[in-house]
Amino acid sequence: MPLENKDILDMASLSVPEINLILDTAESMREISERPIKKVPALRGKTVVLFFYEPSTRTRLSFDIAAKRLSADSIALTASMSSLEKGETLLDTAKNIEAMRPDVVVLRHAYSGAPHFLASRIKASVINAGDGTHAHPSQALLDMLTIRQHKGRLEGLKVAIVGDITHSRVARSNTVGLTKMGAQIVLAGPPTMMPKGIETLGARVARNVEEALSDADVIMMLRIQKERQKRFTMASEREYSRHFGLNRQRVALAKKDVVIMHPGPINRGIEIAADVADGPYSIILDQVTNGVAVRMALLYLVLGGGRHGDSD
Amino acid sequence: MAILIRGARLIDPGRMDRTGDVLIDNGRIAAVQDAYTHPAHLEGLEVIAADGLWLTPGLIDLHVHFREPGQEHKETIHSGSRAAAAGGFTAVCTMPNTNPVNDDPAVTALILSKAKEAGLVRVYPVAAISKGLKGEQLVDFGELKTAGAIGVSDDGRPVMNSQLMRRALEYAAGFGLMVISHSEDLDLAEGGAMNEGAVATRMGLGGIPNAAESVMVARDIALAGLTGASVHIAHVSTRESVAAIRRGKEEGIAVTAETAPHYLFLTDTAVEDYNTNAKMNPPLRSNQDREAIRQALADGTLDAIATDHAPHSIMEKEVEFDRAANGILGLETSLPLGLKLVREGVLSIETLIERMATAPARILGLETGIRVGLPADVTLIDPKKEFTVQADIFHSKSRNTPFEGWTLQGRAVLTVMGGRITYRG
Repeated sequence: MPLENKDILDMASLSVPEINLILDTAESMREISERPIKKVPALRGKTVVLFFYEPSTRTRLSFDIAAKRLSADSIALTASMSSLEKGETLLDTAKNIEAMRPDVVVLRHAYSGAPHFLASRIKASVINAGDGTHAHPSQALLDMLTIRQHKGRLEGLKVAIVGDITHSRVARSNTVGLTKMGAQIVLAGPPTMMPKGIETLGARVARNVEEALSDADVIMMLRIQKERQKRFTMASEREYSRHFGLNRQRVALAKKDVVIMHPGPINRGIEIAADVADGPYSIILDQVTNGVAVRMALLYLVLGGGRHGDSD
Repeated sequence: MAILIRGARLIDPGRMDRTGDVLIDNGRIAAVQDAYTHPAHLEGLEVIAADGLWLTPGLIDLHVHFREPGQEHKETIHSGSRAAAAGGFTAVCTMPNTNPVNDDPAVTALILSKAKEAGLVRVYPVAAISKGLKGEQLVDFGELKTAGAIGVSDDGRPVMNSQLMRRALEYAAGFGLMVISHSEDLDLAEGGAMNEGAVATRMGLGGIPNAAESVMVARDIALAGLTGASVHIAHVSTRESVAAIRRGKEEGIAVTAETAPHYLFLTDTAVEDYNTNAKMNPPLRSNQDREAIRQALADGTLDAIATDHAPHSIMEKEVEFDRAANGILGLETSLPLGLKLVREGVLSIETLIERMATAPARILGLETGIRVGLPADVTLIDPKKEFTVQADIFHSKSRNTPFEGWTLQGRAVLTVMGGRITYRG
């Protein structure tokens, strides 16, 4: 079964069978990264442009490695703010990219909706690598793969997501995706960081962190950005850490076999205590490993892999 | 040249609703009769058969942006005037956020001279409250009044400094200038690109809460109360603002207010798919707000419909949503949308014309109506004419409308300003 759309823009536009297909494909991709020769010819002759309008180390590296392990030619572009100031619009950029005939454009952008804008104007597939505070589907998919790997399923799990929900595209994509797959999402964080109407994505908002964590199968902690103090959404880091951070006492509220996740980069000692981040429940590095597998699966599938009768 | 409009339903809110003939001669309404028999001496008399059509006082738009001087790629006074005439308007108030800002008598004079050259609609320039719209120093209201400004506003930006707003109200009252409030608390609105709520949350866009508008509406009504001056609230979009205006009016404060057609028809769901033609400031709100705005327009809490006609080129709209310019076109869809409200039973036709012609004239201190001796500013409406909104045939230079593809019924088929035909549909 191929994917319905040419693009991967957000979790809302993926169906349950498509999500399962992506996760199953990623499972089989994972093995490639364990080989001594980590390369298969599946996407030979395909061009993948990694267009990162916003700084990112992990996601860009992950997509780049994924493309190379499938033998695609990948080119990473970073649009510094100066080229924006030169006045090239996203529309002109789209036209120029299109003129060079890439097969896939992976876009990271500071503005919500930029991948949608690009996708409707170019023939190449667009994979959203994070847009504003809107969506980060490859992160949600790698999180789902990691949970499935540890729990064997997604359905019926209680997943607590804690932190700055307002500014988190990871929280949004995980809420939409995991809800679709039958998990139960509970959100917690300071009320200043809880966006209006988030329940319409299918999540429940807990009164406090303790309530969200109790009996959780999965805990996802979100990165806190210090700049938030300027917008008055938090007081001090110390206070944040005390009331909303994850420590051993709070982990004890969750199920015995809870797993702890974080999309990175981590602020140790602020949203998550160092001994928790590096402790036995943490599957944070599995997330990173699975990131490559999921992105290999996405590149493979948007380029038509997995169709019936495909000989690859 | 004389014009005889025969057999139309004559709708002059509060004064007349009957069928009859109207003779226009020498720029003025010369006769209003059941059946006018024209004498031979009226040479070149154009007779317009208007059976089944409605004749109303010329529509007045209290709030437009004609972009000239400075952004002529979006609109000029000429193209804006054509759009106005085609929409059935005979007068408009142009906002001061041009480049340069209309904070100087020379800019006011330029606008008036370009408007006269176009000769299609009466243009009443609104000058700035503060120099450069910066909110720091009062503009010379007296000089601008002399140059032809009808009122003052920092529209496009709020006057954040409450003391400056207080003084502007007092100072303007002394010159008989109206003060128009763009009510927005910039701190509350900061980072927002659309209405705060579930849609913004799902789309990952920054939200602008209702309170960003209503706290400033409440402030300006309080300041009008304090100073005894009158204030006009622009583009009301929230139910809380409506409540504040209603209370102000009950207390006898001299507050008037307008809303725009888009707040009567659209909600924030129109922004889905990152549609930049549904991006404006204030933003499209919730259904509850839309219902409250409709109710308030019907009961008179909101005095007028004004379009906030805000042309932008594709360069400002075909970009990422956060970066897109605020605002949409209004002049060529306002009357048909108003007539849709009538068909939906929200307003009577008399009330609609009151809100689009009579009340705006009252707010501006102008005399209007279908009465012998008054300047012949009238709009002839075909209430049955059905059409599909197509931005590419608009008279405006820009194309930014969220109503593209809507099928509407009823529009202006003849616009007469000062006795001259300015539009013929």
